[in-house]
Amino acid sequence: MQSNTNSESPSSISAEARLEYTLQLADDALIIGHRLSEWCGHGPILEQDIALTNTALDHLGRARSLYQYAAEQFNNLPADAKSKFFTSIALQQLIASGSSIGEDDLASLRDGWDYRNALLLEQPNIDWAYTVARSFFYDSFNFLYFKQLSVSTDATLAAIAAKSLKEVTYHLRWSKEWVIRLGDGTEESHSRMQTAVNDLWMYTGELLSPNNTAQQTGVDSAALKQPWTDIITDVFKEADLKLPAGTWMQEGGRNGRHTEHLGYILAELQFMQRAYPGMEW
Amino acid sequence: MEKEITNKNEWPLWEVFIRSKAGLDHKHAGSLHASDAEMAIENARDVYTRRMEGVSIWVVESKNIHASDPGDASSLYEPATDKIYRHPTFYNLPDEVKYM
Repeated sequence: MQSNTNSESPSSISAEARLEYTLQLADDALIIGHRLSEWCGHGPILEQDIALTNTALDHLGRARSLYQYAAEQFNNLPADAKSKFFTSIALQQLIASGSSIGEDDLASLRDGWDYRNALLLEQPNIDWAYTVARSFFYDSFNFLYFKQLSVSTDATLAAIAAKSLKEVTYHLRWSKEWVIRLGDGTEESHSRMQTAVNDLWMYTGELLSPNNTAQQTGVDSAALKQPWTDIITDVFKEADLKLPAGTWMQEGGRNGRHTEHLGYILAELQFMQRAYPGMEW
Repeated sequence: MEKEITNKNEWPLWEVFIRSKAGLDHKHAGSLHASDAEMAIENARDVYTRRMEGVSIWVVESKNIHASDPGDASSLYEPATDKIYRHPTFYNLPDEVKYM
């Protein structure tokens, strides 16, 4: 029997679209987690070094849950869909061999064009202000996003979001406070903060661009734009920072078109598994 | 608020007290650097409660803690050593008294 209802039940989304969407969320988490982990041992002060390492681990933990869910979805696809879904050679070879894939394969064997993370998250740390600005834009988005995702029609995503929301609430508290400290600090900290905000602004649009699959699981990214802008505006006011005037936004990450930075991240992140396939430690 | 900063590159030192889930009182957990109280609480959360150690945090700037002089130890504490009758164990508790 064919159903032509336009219900919001999870079954109305194609399996590929759901997998694509899960990977977007997972890749966002892995890439920001990796970027923040680069501060480990290099933080400006021991206490902040630990703070960022904790946060990086929150993101990596979320990435793991999402990759496990993505791998489960992938392994349930029909053989034909499986062979076409990824175009990274190392992963294709594994799939062609007939074995099922796992969370590590998704993280280690996909090339840049198969990564769906937002461009903002792969931008380099540069200095404390850039790191804080990138986190603040993402954390305030995440905070709103996971609130909605936690009541998603997709039970697994809802459960992951509910757990993440507590972590994200703290991440936002941390990054918001640093934006205010630097913005409303010394002349130098203010100018560095404003520069970082101006430079990263063009990557914020991608986070908020509409996503049909997300909408069908209960999250309307585009509807988050206003509340997100409100958070940013309020904090910038307190931090004495100017909201960048630019409206042109850079996109592409969701479709696998990345900035030059992602390749370097993957080279570091994937080296061991590429050089010693299947290695465990 | 005036701050005594001995090294201008260093944030002030804070003492951290954590109350654990089972405990009723805050116990000294250690110290850390932070530029103000709010940051001190957040740093304490990140440094001292990562392994589920606590449910409540107190911080106090180290300079506000006043300590007894170790040199006075003999006059401060030793007079108590031969007065064991001050210990509650010296007395026999009636069975009717619970929760002592």
